[in-house]
Amino acid sequence: MTSATRPSPPGAAPSAQTPTRAQTPAPAQAATRAPAAAPAPAALRIAIFPTCIVDAMYPRVAEATVRILERLGHEVVFPPQQTCCSQMHVNSGYFADAYDIVRNHVEAFSDYDYDIAVAPSASCVVSLQHQQPDIARRAGDPACAAVAEAIAGRTFELSKLLIDVLGITDAASQLGSYFPHRVTFHSSCHGLRHMKLGTRQSDLLRTVAGIDYAELPGLEECCGFGGTFSFKNAGTSGAMVADKVAAIQSTGASICAGGDVSCLMNIGGAAQKQKTGITTVHFAEILASTRENPLQVSGDVAVSGGGRSCP
Amino acid sequence: MTTTRPTTVSLGMPTVRHGRGNLFAEEPFTSGAARDLENATLRGNLNFAMHKIRGKRAAVVSEMPDWQQLRAAGSAIKQNVLANLPELLEQFEASFTAAGGHVHWARDADEANAIALRLIQEQGVSEVNKIKSMATQETGLNEFLEDHGITAVETDLAEEIVQLGGDKPSHIVVPAIHRNRDEVRDIFLREIDGVRPDLTSEPADLAEASRQRLRAKFFDNRVAVSGANFGIAETGTLTIVESEGNGRMCLTLPETLITFMGIEKVLPRFADLEVFLQLLPRSSTGERMNPYTSLWTGVTPGDGPQNLHVILIDNGRTATLADEVGRQALHCIRCSACLNVCPVFERAGGHAYGSVYPGPIGAILSPQMTGIEAAANNSLPYASSLCGACYEVCPVKINIPDVLIHLRGADVEARHSARSTAPEAVDETPATGTSASGASRRARLSAAARTGAARIVGAVTRRVPDQMDALMAAAKTAFAKPRLLSIGERGLPLGRILGGRDGKISLLPGLIGGWTQHRIIDAPPAQSFRHWWKRNRPSTPVRRTPEQRANIAALIEANRGRAAELHERFAAPADDYTWLMAAERAAIQQHDATGDTVADYARGTETSATTASGAADEPMKGERA
Repeated sequence: MTSATRPSPPGAAPSAQTPTRAQTPAPAQAATRAPAAAPAPAALRIAIFPTCIVDAMYPRVAEATVRILERLGHEVVFPPQQTCCSQMHVNSGYFADAYDIVRNHVEAFSDYDYDIAVAPSASCVVSLQHQQPDIARRAGDPACAAVAEAIAGRTFELSKLLIDVLGITDAASQLGSYFPHRVTFHSSCHGLRHMKLGTRQSDLLRTVAGIDYAELPGLEECCGFGGTFSFKNAGTSGAMVADKVAAIQSTGASICAGGDVSCLMNIGGAAQKQKTGITTVHFAEILASTRENPLQVSGDVAVSGGGRSCP
Repeated sequence: MTTTRPTTVSLGMPTVRHGRGNLFAEEPFTSGAARDLENATLRGNLNFAMHKIRGKRAAVVSEMPDWQQLRAAGSAIKQNVLANLPELLEQFEASFTAAGGHVHWARDADEANAIALRLIQEQGVSEVNKIKSMATQETGLNEFLEDHGITAVETDLAEEIVQLGGDKPSHIVVPAIHRNRDEVRDIFLREIDGVRPDLTSEPADLAEASRQRLRAKFFDNRVAVSGANFGIAETGTLTIVESEGNGRMCLTLPETLITFMGIEKVLPRFADLEVFLQLLPRSSTGERMNPYTSLWTGVTPGDGPQNLHVILIDNGRTATLADEVGRQALHCIRCSACLNVCPVFERAGGHAYGSVYPGPIGAILSPQMTGIEAAANNSLPYASSLCGACYEVCPVKINIPDVLIHLRGADVEARHSARSTAPEAVDETPATGTSASGASRRARLSAAARTGAARIVGAVTRRVPDQMDALMAAAKTAFAKPRLLSIGERGLPLGRILGGRDGKISLLPGLIGGWTQHRIIDAPPAQSFRHWWKRNRPSTPVRRTPEQRANIAALIEANRGRAAELHERFAAPADDYTWLMAAERAAIQQHDATGDTVADYARGTETSATTASGAADEPMKGERA
């Protein structure tokens, strides 16, 4: 973890360094480019669901999410009982085990005080929406299924929260996002097909100041992660990710962003194994990057590697 | 129907009868895939062919303004069929018989083959023509007939290539997709008597060589065997949809026509063809309409086959129907859109799936027809990254990812209960349709399948809790008990020891070692987010009253349309295919937002009743949940 991370405490005024919409009027150029924003919402209490893989392996992604939301003046809270959405167990066929995890998530988020929840992952939100109620029903617990459905309805993937709830349509002017690099973007299958996020994540990235955005050929195609598929069918999965890395190389970008760290771990891991110099980052990290405290990406550094500071 | 008299004999509960025949993998998917992944030519061929057909399909689908309504209608009709299958089959039997045909019922592949053999032997012939048919591939009819001295001549060009090459089909619609034209030429030179020795690998030349060989067969052979795309209950009509016209030859020239039809292929009404004849060609070959659609209803004196038979085949379909989640696999109309869009099929090829049904649909259909306990097929539900592309293109809305996960659950349950009982309790060695003596190359392959399957079944009975079980049990303990997870996360820095000087882990042991074959893994961070949070946000938030909560619905309403506005700013098609897929997805979203699928279907039938059949049809019956 980088020690340079020093966000302001909850409830405190955002630091002078990090521009917010209220403090820093949008530059004239951006104002004409961006559609008129909705009136700024009052401060919300937003519960973060970092997801288990971000919590344990890529905490920087959750910290970036916290910084973005606090920069907008919202209060972020962390329901401490939370762990995992249960997707790994469900997708592996361990439904009985999954039920215990679903119950834990439902307890963690049903009795906590928040306005809306956010996860920096489409995949895990899809699991809340579709898998949790199903697993509870299979276990003969319709009451749990109903609560799980309600919680899923209040839990938003990050780009959907930013655009559809908070009205963010210009990261440069509204979030102060700055990232002067050539970046391509991989769309996760769960975001693209299951959640029907469309281009929300990449559209936000394209409004970041300084970014040189390159469209990824074969955007529709799976990177080959698929959870346990990646090691149970290692050969096929490896062939899929090799093709994905080749597509990224064809864009000339050395940074591939995405909205699910599971895909990014897969793509980044393969890119490093092949020594391509390609790094993967979550789009939240790029949105959190500012002129004053830019996200440093140097060479062959993956999501959780060292050598990067992102205050 | 025979007359029945009351009886007091208890027949007991019907037992589940699983499918037999060419539905079994010869080896786990991973092994088959590993071999074909090594084949660079195959991967190149498949990559090219798959991307081309995807683009064609997307183009002809996106030009249909009512595609999503058609999908909904197709799905609704199939749900209705499955909910009323016994009645519809009896109605079909009555209609087909009244039109002058003979109906036979086969519980499995072996019975279907035996019925066909008897019907062929009655005609005293030693050679029959075949129309490309998945049902006869499933039952292993060709090998069975060969063992009984009867030659079955495949007349579909691709099936002919597969048959002459002593090979197996690798795709539902394009069975020889794994062969390139040079390989086809070599097969023809080797196997066709009297073929020009200077045969080139030009498609026109290859087709001509096939035409010369088959033309004689069409005129000489008096018996033909077909499959069926659809069977209409109200009229007894059978339907074949094809591209080459060879099927039309087989359907019209012989005296005897024997049709193999899976019981799920029945449709209630003639007007239902309106939906499926739009869905099938666009999904399958990316054509607006297929070149040949043949429909035949019974016997017409002096015209066409006078001796007409249909064999209705169960072979595990009733067992599949019994599964509430899995039964939607029986919606399948064998279009192969799911194969063509599947990233796993594209890399591994069709043979890795073992069964005659490859790709995503095969991964859910084969294990259900044979029973998931048949260990030869229990690796198939895992042969997917669950990317969902198959569901998106399926013309009858089979939610393949959902069924895959459901079957993984069934497999875990079956393996665990197999462990807790005696090894004898595990399913018997799967039988195949070919009681082969090894006469043909195909029969030898089937024999290999039998022994391979037996070996795999044997391996499973000796199983103890495996690495996967251990992994899942450990993860469950942590994820169900946050306090334990928190303690466990304190150990994350220990994981950094595994990392090299650059902080990367490049070799992991055991099952998860598959990961590091193709990737490194980042060493864990020094602290988890949970611990970072405790340190940086120590205060507990004050609980508010419900009135203090924000009105999220109002915020969403205020920002309605923002995503579309933002999208518009950057909307520039990267390439045709991406653009077409985006257009299709937009149509799905629009439909999902507004559409009640059953209501759509009801509206659709009102239209078709007046335009297509003119009959005053009953409104759609409610579907069984």
